[in-house]
Amino acid sequence: MSVVDERLNALRGAAPRKPHNARTLAALAANPGCRRRTLLDAAGIDKGQIAEGLGVRISIGQMSSIAIARGKGFEAKVKADGCAELLRLLREHIGLPVPEVHYHDLNPADADDRITSRLRRSQRALQASAESNEPTGTLFDHPILQLTVNGVQVRIEPDLIAFKLGNQFFIVEIKSFAILDGTADSGKVAAAAQQSAVYVLAMREMLQTAGLDPAMVSDQVVLVCPKDFSNHPVAELLDVRKQLATLKRQLDRMESVESLLRLLPPDLSFDPRLDAAGRPTRDPQELAAAIFQVTARYSPECLGACELGGVCRAEVSGMVPVLGRVVREDLGGIDSIKEAVELATGLREPDAGQQQAADLLRRAYGMREAALGAVR
Amino acid sequence: MTVLTSLAKALAAYSMTPQQLTVYRHLHISSKPIVIVPLTLAGETNAPLAAMVGPDRARPTLIVTRQPRDRAERIEFAGRLASELLFPIETAAQQTQATGAGPNARVRVVDAPQLWVPNPAGIEFVRTLGRMTRLRFIEGPWAVPKKVRDLGIWLTWFAEQAEFADTGALIAATQAIAAVWATGQSDLEDGNLAAQMAWLAPPEGMDVAAAVSRAENPQLCPPAGPSTDPTFDRLFLEPALRDLATARTPAAHNAVHRRLTAMVEEQMRPTWELVWTAIDLLRDVPEAPRVPKRWEQQRDRFTSFHRYVADGGRPQAKRDSAGRSAHRLAELEQRMAAFEAQRAYDDPLVIADHRLTGEAFAGHVVDVDAARRVPGLRRNVLRPMVTVATGDQIHLDVGQHMYDPARNGQQAVIESVIETEDGWRIELELQNQMGSGLTAKPGSVPALGEDVTYTSVTETFVRRRPWPTRDETPWTHGGPPPDSTPVVEDAAEDWS
Amino acid sequence: MTSPHDRAEIKTAEILTAFTNGGHRGVVVDSPPGAGKSTLVGRIAAEIATAGDPVVVVAQTNAQVDDLVVKIATRLPGLLVGRLSRDGYLPPPTVLLPNVQIASRVDDLPDCRVVVGTAAKWAQVQTARKWPWAIVDEAYQMRSDMLLLIVPLFQQMLFVGDPGQLDPFSPIDGERWAGLPWDPMQSAVAVLLRNNPDIVPHELPVTWRLPTSATRLVQTAFYPFSEFASGTHDGERATHVPTVGIRRTAVDEVIDLAAGSGWGFLELPHRNTLRTDAETVAATADVAVRLLQRGTETSCEQAPGGRRLTAARIAVGAAHRDQVAAITRALRARGEIADGIRVDTANRLQGAEFDVTVILHPLSGRIDATPFHLTPGRLCVLTSRHRHACIVVGRRGIPELLDAHPGTEPVHLKDFIKFPDGWEANQAVLAHLSNHRVSALH
Repeated sequence: MSVVDERLNALRGAAPRKPHNARTLAALAANPGCRRRTLLDAAGIDKGQIAEGLGVRISIGQMSSIAIARGKGFEAKVKADGCAELLRLLREHIGLPVPEVHYHDLNPADADDRITSRLRRSQRALQASAESNEPTGTLFDHPILQLTVNGVQVRIEPDLIAFKLGNQFFIVEIKSFAILDGTADSGKVAAAAQQSAVYVLAMREMLQTAGLDPAMVSDQVVLVCPKDFSNHPVAELLDVRKQLATLKRQLDRMESVESLLRLLPPDLSFDPRLDAAGRPTRDPQELAAAIFQVTARYSPECLGACELGGVCRAEVSGMVPVLGRVVREDLGGIDSIKEAVELATGLREPDAGQQQAADLLRRAYGMREAALGAVR
Repeated sequence: MTVLTSLAKALAAYSMTPQQLTVYRHLHISSKPIVIVPLTLAGETNAPLAAMVGPDRARPTLIVTRQPRDRAERIEFAGRLASELLFPIETAAQQTQATGAGPNARVRVVDAPQLWVPNPAGIEFVRTLGRMTRLRFIEGPWAVPKKVRDLGIWLTWFAEQAEFADTGALIAATQAIAAVWATGQSDLEDGNLAAQMAWLAPPEGMDVAAAVSRAENPQLCPPAGPSTDPTFDRLFLEPALRDLATARTPAAHNAVHRRLTAMVEEQMRPTWELVWTAIDLLRDVPEAPRVPKRWEQQRDRFTSFHRYVADGGRPQAKRDSAGRSAHRLAELEQRMAAFEAQRAYDDPLVIADHRLTGEAFAGHVVDVDAARRVPGLRRNVLRPMVTVATGDQIHLDVGQHMYDPARNGQQAVIESVIETEDGWRIELELQNQMGSGLTAKPGSVPALGEDVTYTSVTETFVRRRPWPTRDETPWTHGGPPPDSTPVVEDAAEDWS
Repeated sequence: MTSPHDRAEIKTAEILTAFTNGGHRGVVVDSPPGAGKSTLVGRIAAEIATAGDPVVVVAQTNAQVDDLVVKIATRLPGLLVGRLSRDGYLPPPTVLLPNVQIASRVDDLPDCRVVVGTAAKWAQVQTARKWPWAIVDEAYQMRSDMLLLIVPLFQQMLFVGDPGQLDPFSPIDGERWAGLPWDPMQSAVAVLLRNNPDIVPHELPVTWRLPTSATRLVQTAFYPFSEFASGTHDGERATHVPTVGIRRTAVDEVIDLAAGSGWGFLELPHRNTLRTDAETVAATADVAVRLLQRGTETSCEQAPGGRRLTAARIAVGAAHRDQVAAITRALRARGEIADGIRVDTANRLQGAEFDVTVILHPLSGRIDATPFHLTPGRLCVLTSRHRHACIVVGRRGIPELLDAHPGTEPVHLKDFIKFPDGWEANQAVLAHLSNHRVSALH
């Protein structure tokens, strides 16, 4: 085990490891500049547990059990009978000349099927297929992939199908949001595209490692969704070139976990010390003090994307970032709400760096008062 | 958003009190608004679960589907909603008045219906429910009652009106509130009606901070919909739906349905109250002077669309054709520009926004040549020159057209801009609204020493040739597209 | 090997043939910055007119129209050229040539072999006439909805434009049309190409404006799928700045660096500021004025013996109008020497050309980037106006800002995807600038 791994494990303590998945990797794009999140994710720390330990739990991406059931039903329908329905979509909607198709089940054989052996099995199957020139298509159901993130190998277990036709692999993403008259929720499509980009990159990395051509994995992803108000599937091609470029650059430029660790005391631990029932027992103040040693980059968007959103919002309470990115920019680098107000009302003398912003705020405040005063 | 808005947010956060963003309310509020609080079933595309609807705060109509997964029950739900909405639409349409005297007078409804939903997702619900029902057939094997299809056509109209900046037809409460007040939280948090209203009307005896924190707990303040709280789904809704599906006798079914009704009512009631409180708060804000005129235009639109529907007009297409897209975009832009200008002319806080960004200035008149004339095409024309001194920071060029809100948008052209020690001196040549005489009519030219404001925003209107019809779509846009009349597939469209 | 000049000639002939041989109703020409776009427009219009056919030219702004009228009228001394204008239009003196007629109704210009007007004006024209030929200039700046109104007036159409510049703009959120092949928010060219996949754009192969030092960067950052070369070779363009003896400042240093390499980045210390940050504005103005104070000389194919850089050959570019106003004031405060320096937003600098440009980096002093600031066209316009050198001024911290930028833009099915991505393009430019950096200590 590397030094970095050791330290990450120490940070996590006795709490169970929460591995990255495509969703968490895609979510990195939501706030790539946040060191707190980068580090906690790299250490496999359950951020929800930390938030609970701090008494500021917020529900993120919590899905309704009813929605989950429906989503599963839809996926099962698409995959039924060796993906018969999916093949029809690939032929009819995407226009792929799909001939005979092999179906390769990479789902866990049983509860004891370890992820490492599944990973090896997936790699073998995908590589063998990449090397062969068979004209028939092949579907790989539920392969395990891995991707290097901050120098750490992250295993991802995509709920997906990889489809090989001729010399091309396509990622197939089955989602349960609807495509209505050819349009879909742009936020959900964006999330699907980002996740698919993770899969494409992971598959390319695997081919490259095996000395094969990574370009075999198409940057066009097949998105399968329910059509209109029905439960019938429809397929669309999704171009993920932009998401791939963003992801690649973000992974390249992401501050290495190693350099983040260097900034922290060696005995730091984020362990919430769970009791037998899984409830955190560590003193919240102490835990908060530990967490706050790593800086966060809070914006209100975090509330919808990160379990720690509420924690970080409470941390910067009274500071301008809680009001949103635009306000922060408008106030020209003044961090404290109190300071901004005092500069605007003339209660505080600006320091050299604040002069310009203070002038603007004072002018704005004067106009505001005049306008409101005129009608009072 | 501008510095003025950002400052207001900071002030609100600092004082824990909402701050006004505009002096006036720029939205017409109906004397009889109709509120809809919808709930949908998670995981499906707009499957209605329940709705609380009506014009009476004390007596909402509660519509709860008898089985959200059943197609016939969904049509039934739409039918019941249609009964609630089509009646006020018809009533409004029956009471008309002439737009004026003379041969060109048209007919206009005395009042038009106004729908309120809690948030933008509510508007999306209206749009999608409209799409779901308007393309159905009213005869043949997949027939639905006419009122269901008519509801679809009307809901689509309301949702499309809601895209316009100056809309008064379908309003999301969160947006209407945010247009008038800044809270001390971010826009994102303001999207939660309960959290937003916690700033404006915290529960009795509770301070804003406590009210906000309560509002963020979905167990205490259910989401404003249409999506339900996942915890509610797991603990209450899912078991109830299961029981509904397995109920063997009508009596058992009715018992479960009563349980379902009670629990969804509990989920909707707080939001219902919040929307009405929001309407009351907004009603107390003085109305801006140009609101009645805009509402008159909205009544015209309602009148003419009602005639279209009454004459058997076709339901709206699934997507806009090329010509329709361009036409709509032009109308969206035109109405937005007009609304922005009217707001600025009416409201000192809005004009202050423009002054801060350098697109307007306020000052006093330091020189006037009211009798100035310049050679025109046939004769000399009156073009008074006004010089204004201002301390505002301006980013305006010579030749820029400016408008005087106090004189109904009188146009002036900047002739020169000179920086002085304490600001700017701007020479403006007045262009219009001075009467047709040789001298300007009284009051039409600012007097020496008068405080004046000029802004560059205006209700622009560009006259173009008409946009092409479907059949005239040119080759650059793919030529004429196929017809958009609903087909059998639309009528038979699956809905489950 | 053919010379750049020959290659451009061959391309022009190809385009003329493709347009006039009666193939597809539309021909598209993509032009990188400074590739002779308006020369091409003028020339093709003149050739068709000379051959005897009436031809219409559509441009996007009145300034562009005036410019084209002069170019075409000068090429065609024996033929009448019409300038279609709004009522009350006052032509600049340059347009008042003997063979130019001006009218606000197209039917008042019956004898004009060539008629030039803005797209907005053509969209209002009421006429029964149909012209056999039309050339649309700056077609990427035109919104596709405008096409609906003007296309019916013409038979064969040639669209010329620069795909790297700023996209047309609307304050409306156009989500309801996203993915439609006729999305009215898209540029005219994007829509007509989507609906006519058999039209393959021609590309002008040579940039006559950009020096060799800029061609590679501009091409890789903003035109990743194009291949164009510089019309000049290394050393043909040179900038000479007399050395200063004592007290060489950071401003002097960055000027020297840019004179030698074509690029300079004057980096101020990191601070989050208003966008009219006084220090950055002052530094930007200082660079522009210092270029003149030091008696900068440029030599190029037009002036092989060298010529003095004048204020009129310098532009200062910024993203926002308030920044432009602040820089204008700062320049005015520096006295007469700055008179004539063009200060403008990227929007208004489109199509213009200068010897040296000074740019206030759109992301300087910011905490976050927005889609507005990341639009690749904005940076592309700003970094591709110069013939000799471009000096960028900004605060430290821009790469960090970009790295922290959330990559969560909404995605629409079947949407028009435009490359490059603004974020990528910004990164590419910054990576290049990092090798030409001078730190300003305040």
